[in-house]
Amino acid sequence: MNLTALSFECRKNVLDMIKEAKAGHIGGDFSVMDILVTLYFKQMNISPENMDDPNRDLFVMSKGHSVEAYYAVLAAKGFLDIDEVIANFSKFGSKYIGHPNNKLPGIEMNSGSLGHGLPVCVGMALASKMDNKTNRVYTVMGDGELAEGSVWEGAMAASQYKLDNLCAVVDRNRLQISGNTEDVMGHDDLEARFAAFGWNVIQADGNNIDALNEAFEAAKACKGKPTVIIANTIKGYGGGEVMENKAPWHHKVPTEEEYQMILAELLKRRDAANE
Amino acid sequence: MNKIPNRQAICETLMEEVKNDKDIVVLCSDSRGSASMTPFFNAFPENSIEVGIAEQNLVSISSGLAKCGKKAFCFSPASFVSTRSYEQAKVDVAYSNTNVTLVGISGGISYGALGMSHHSAQDIAAMSAIPNMRVYLPSDRFQTAHLIKALLKDEKPSYIRVGRNPVEDIYTEENCPFEMDKATVLREGTDVALIACGEMVKPCYDAAKILEAEDISATVLDMYCVKPLDTEAVIKAAQNAKAVVTAEEHAPFGGLGSMVAQVVGANCPKKVINVALPDAPVITGTSKEVYDYYGMTAEGIAAKAREAIK
Repeated sequence: MNLTALSFECRKNVLDMIKEAKAGHIGGDFSVMDILVTLYFKQMNISPENMDDPNRDLFVMSKGHSVEAYYAVLAAKGFLDIDEVIANFSKFGSKYIGHPNNKLPGIEMNSGSLGHGLPVCVGMALASKMDNKTNRVYTVMGDGELAEGSVWEGAMAASQYKLDNLCAVVDRNRLQISGNTEDVMGHDDLEARFAAFGWNVIQADGNNIDALNEAFEAAKACKGKPTVIIANTIKGYGGGEVMENKAPWHHKVPTEEEYQMILAELLKRRDAANE
Repeated sequence: MNKIPNRQAICETLMEEVKNDKDIVVLCSDSRGSASMTPFFNAFPENSIEVGIAEQNLVSISSGLAKCGKKAFCFSPASFVSTRSYEQAKVDVAYSNTNVTLVGISGGISYGALGMSHHSAQDIAAMSAIPNMRVYLPSDRFQTAHLIKALLKDEKPSYIRVGRNPVEDIYTEENCPFEMDKATVLREGTDVALIACGEMVKPCYDAAKILEAEDISATVLDMYCVKPLDTEAVIKAAQNAKAVVTAEEHAPFGGLGSMVAQVVGANCPKKVINVALPDAPVITGTSKEVYDYYGMTAEGIAAKAREAIK
């Protein structure tokens, strides 16, 4: 299976998790999936075998509500059993809770409250610099999350300390729970904002694995400052007309009919990608 | 009179320990002067990180460093680090279980006339309510040094609060009994149990002397470990007394007094009186003036003890 197909397969697993649990944040799961697949399968030196290696790359899922996508990719990578996750996600007493938890294999930090991932990664990147390590540190934030002031505290410190081992990704799907990001709290000048904070800024098609991979390579090549990749995505990507670019799917649970429509669309795209 | 505040004792201890432990990292939020950490920053720049006036960032960065094996000591005025960055302490430190020691400097009403924005009369309640967060208020400089050394041996989150001003010595270099998470019994008595933390330990100790002259015998517990509270010591002290008086530089709710009352109520019901700051912005003044005004003094505590055992 190629990675684009894997990405749709992971979305199918997310769909099943949410159907089973009757809860979850499906829209952002679908938008962020290609970013996670690219990171875990093309970029980061992380696997179940090297989680004790102090030189592994580090990842923090700052937009923690997309935990279903995170679980799906961790399972594809061999950290988790996908059937167990689908059967237990959000259930009473489950360890697969609705936000990342570092008691699970593969997860470094707990998240959920927004605006934490970038400052935490600044600390991780600083530690790597102090120890002369060559590993890289990644975080994925939502675009709505960027209204948190702590993001910009972290952004300031990352450039102050010239953390070129740090790469932040913004899942720029332009929708948040209340509607369009530009109506809620605008970010259209995001590139200029990050640049003003001393960052290298790269725009990329966030639902295209080759484009994302190219962006991550460019980030690695940039020295002396941190990089942010503004990954322009479609919320609900892969879910087809019923779901794509529609704000209510931030955390909507599909009806049986919608489930079948979304599933058919995902399988169609998966199989097309495999051809 | 001792002239070394507890914050300076922390700096001196860390400067000694870092020589053999390169993983110690000190972080400040434009607070190295008030934290007494300037000597550390000057002597060990490789182990020092300045984050500017950004407490949320301070705590999150500390947790990221700790996740990568560093022993992060995170200094900021107690008023800010305990509440401005409360969520970072909850999520990134306690919940993610990172080896971060949050050090709240100039705690309680140390900043005196600077007003309520700079007072930390809520920090014990706030920090104690977080699962996996420990809370320590050392009394004097010798105990502070022991506490820092003990914290360096474990890898668990904690919050320490120290005041700005020097505290009169209770212990000596040679004689400072210290067992981690166990109260230090300063005196044993049969009439009243005085239980205190931080800067209120010395007044309690002195109150016991005043009471002794009146034939009232008092137990005095230095409960520097507010969480985990040494419940065994509380129960033992309460069982041997007619009543309990607690003293703390904190709001009257959710602090040491509340915790002691819970333990005493559940195990050996007795009267518990709490000497604390009022549930109001405190009066303007120096620490000493404020303590005097609210009866947070040896005489004030002795008066409450007399009342408690009536």
